[in-house]
Amino acid sequence: MKYLMLIAVDRSSRPANRAAGEKLMAEYQTFNQRITGSGELVAGDRLEDAGTATSVRVRDGKTVLTDGPFAETTEQLGGFYIIDVPDLDRALELAAQIPNARDGVVEVRPITAG
Amino acid sequence: MFRREAGQALAKLIRFLGDIDLAEDALQDAIVAALESWPAGGVPDSPLAWLLTTAKRKAVDRLRRETRRDDKQQAALAWAADGQQEAGMSAIEDDRLRLIFTCCHPALAADAQVALTLRLIGGLSVPEIARAFLVSEMTMAQRLVRAKRKIRSAAIPYQVPSDAILPDRLPQVLAVIYLVFTEGYSASAGDDLIRSDLCAEAIRLGRLLAELMPGEPEADGLLALMLLHHARGPARLDAAGDLVLLAEQDRSRWHRSQIAEGVALLDNALQRSLRLGGAGPYQLQAAIAALHDQAPTARDTDWPQIKALYAELHRRWPNPVVDLNAAVATAMADGPAEGLAQLDALAGTDQLRSHHLYHAARADLLTRLGRTSDAATAYRRALELASTTTEQRFLTKQLSRVSR
Repeated sequence: MKYLMLIAVDRSSRPANRAAGEKLMAEYQTFNQRITGSGELVAGDRLEDAGTATSVRVRDGKTVLTDGPFAETTEQLGGFYIIDVPDLDRALELAAQIPNARDGVVEVRPITAG
Repeated sequence: MFRREAGQALAKLIRFLGDIDLAEDALQDAIVAALESWPAGGVPDSPLAWLLTTAKRKAVDRLRRETRRDDKQQAALAWAADGQQEAGMSAIEDDRLRLIFTCCHPALAADAQVALTLRLIGGLSVPEIARAFLVSEMTMAQRLVRAKRKIRSAAIPYQVPSDAILPDRLPQVLAVIYLVFTEGYSASAGDDLIRSDLCAEAIRLGRLLAELMPGEPEADGLLALMLLHHARGPARLDAAGDLVLLAEQDRSRWHRSQIAEGVALLDNALQRSLRLGGAGPYQLQAAIAALHDQAPTARDTDWPQIKALYAELHRRWPNPVVDLNAAVATAMADGPAEGLAQLDALAGTDQLRSHHLYHAARADLLTRLGRTSDAATAYRRALELASTTTEQRFLTKQLSRVSR
């Protein structure tokens, strides 16, 4: 069973300084190694700032581009993982281990099978 | 009829078919078949084995009608088409426990957990559950459909949580059962203050859980708590259907056998808890209920002990309703002035300020202190906040006593 884990981070809760940033990176590395080693990781990456996003809509055959993400919220998408695990309990267990689950939110969504 | 067997069969079917709707439909088909053949041919030796075998055959029929089958349905078909007799009873009971944890999974909304538990474990019909929770049948049906879809699509597992997460998950199961009980015991709205059938259902669920998790003190504690409250049921309302306060209840009408069972369960659970490092919240609340139930009169109740138990509850699981009850216990143990001071100290808690019982408790203590005009003001506030007509009638009566 595959799940998408979307990591939403509050804009205001960026690492306060360089040391805090490096500590967070190290925590992500440990987490990545763990789920790579267990064979559960399918894909995952960090995303650039929501300010770099472009939204694309095609209406009446015309492509309309908008600067910014599709939803303006105080929380922005900071990264994602796709994992392959037996059931929701394991997915929730891993989601809780994502370092930003402590100050942000992780949304766990099943990926439609077949 | 054969409700227990139907519940057992459903749990097994859900586990092996991996599809709640298919399992419910197949079991329904089997029950229809039973209603047709049992009256003439007699009840089979093992109604459970009969229901399971028949439901499996019905599931095969349904699965074969599907034109496109995915892997899960293939696996279900392989299981259902296998004519083998089912494993022993212990395996069946394991399936029920698994299903309870699925129904009460924290990834489901609280109201969905309650609805699923009553439907799949309690065997109540959708209209029955809708009536119990005062929502339309359509709303309740949709709630169940949504929850079942999430279980399937998100792969919420059918398993008893591992020891590592059990301490997180068990309280959720206990809370769902207790919510069914409190909803029945003191309906949050409507005309019927005590919906006894919901209480009985919660006790049935609690009994099942205690049976399925032998040695789990909080499961016994919850069952004891419900029995010890339910025992007072006959005395809680008078002949006119009006609420009677604990202090004024005719204690000879309490169910002595339920009290005895609750006390025995609790004693046993407390002994085990001592070894495990302290009693949980349901055991503490049951201990309070037991002290009330065993007292010959309200005056002869062991109020200091009740006060101490509330203090322990407050220390470990702080919650405004516990604080309210603690203040009432203080009033009984130390006098109305001390109780009132404790209540007034809670006035800043929003959850209590908007709770009719807080104002009713204040009004009662003010009355006992002879401050009748303040008491009347508090009763009026309680009256504005009370949502059931039984409680409104009770408060109106109290108000007229102090306004005289």
